[in-house]
Amino acid sequence: MSYRTVQTTCPFCGCGCGMHVPVLNDVLGQPIPDRTHPLSQGRLCIKGWSAHEHVNSPDRLTTPLVRSGNGFREATWNEALSLVASRLLAIRDQHGPDSLAFLCSAKCTNEENYLLQRFARAVIGTNNIDHCARL
Amino acid sequence: MEERDSHAEDVRRIARELLLGGRVVGVVGLRSEHGRVGPHVFTVPPGEPGDLDVSLARLVLEPRYPLALVCRAALSTLAEGQLGVVVRGCDERALIEMAKLNQIDLHRLTMIGLACSEAQARRCTCARPYPQRTDVGESGDGVAPEDNESLRNLMSQSIDARLAFWTREFDRCIKCYGCRNVCPVCICDECALEDACWVQRGHIPPGLPFHLIRAYHVADKCVGCGACEAACPMDIPLTTLHTLLRVSLGELFDYQPGLDIQAKSPLVTTLEETPIREL
Repeated sequence: MSYRTVQTTCPFCGCGCGMHVPVLNDVLGQPIPDRTHPLSQGRLCIKGWSAHEHVNSPDRLTTPLVRSGNGFREATWNEALSLVASRLLAIRDQHGPDSLAFLCSAKCTNEENYLLQRFARAVIGTNNIDHCARL
Repeated sequence: MEERDSHAEDVRRIARELLLGGRVVGVVGLRSEHGRVGPHVFTVPPGEPGDLDVSLARLVLEPRYPLALVCRAALSTLAEGQLGVVVRGCDERALIEMAKLNQIDLHRLTMIGLACSEAQARRCTCARPYPQRTDVGESGDGVAPEDNESLRNLMSQSIDARLAFWTREFDRCIKCYGCRNVCPVCICDECALEDACWVQRGHIPPGLPFHLIRAYHVADKCVGCGACEAACPMDIPLTTLHTLLRVSLGELFDYQPGLDIQAKSPLVTTLEETPIREL
């Protein structure tokens, strides 16, 4: 038998609803809402109910892509991150820190969002930081 | 609480015997982990003999979870052998209906029957809070539909008032599809509720058809487990709707879903086979 459930948290927004995700033959199944979670109390919205779908979706990006001509080519993380770092530095040096802006995400943890604003303010030197939930 | 603790201990003992006797590969139940409870398949750990007791010590009986769905998924990954499962009355009825729908092979399940307490039965307004064979707990009385106060209040109103009630309730729907997803007998591969012909995409609330299509799709299969209502973020009283349908099915055709695997739904037989009763 290759079935187990994993207690976890919905990754889709800051609410953090509780769910138990079944794993069948190493493939995620539809989440079961956690009835004992203090916040969500056994309920999920449609994003939580569908949270497993993108993991094994054939459309999911599994490697960084770098623009090449009119399309994209696959790249390693090292190459992609080096490119991003060098371009960010070049733009900051040429046009100043406020020529850059950063958008963090409800799908990240508090700590990741903290790190991004820290990066924007302390490393790049701009207060241009915003969040997708402020649409 | 003390009584429930001894019930949990009894279930653990039966699960242990089934697992150590090699009669089942795993036991589907509920596990307490990190202060929360969720469905789990208990198996014999590869280590020391005492490890099973450590694992089973975390087996608990509350709250209710859609264990029939867990059984179906777990069995689908198990080529051969038996699976044990801790069943309340509603879990067992759901498994019987799933077997009728060719979703599960009942011969591969060993059920540990658990009767619900009267308090639990009242919370669920459950008419039959016990499985066919009770291994743990005492089979007590359920709440008959005529004793269900919210049902009685609703049915004492005019048909216009009832339509207004349901329209108001359904207007809150955020179309999370939780009621469908958590339902043990909602099994279509292609769901009518995802068909733009019936349900407008990108629009909430979805309107009456959404709820009535679902109600009719499960009208002859609903076992009254209440998982739909428990999963509804908007507190729509779905069990009230389904109980009314189930009562009608009983009155008109003398049929109850989830009790007898041989009994055919009156919705798939002819009127000659299953005549409508004169009321």
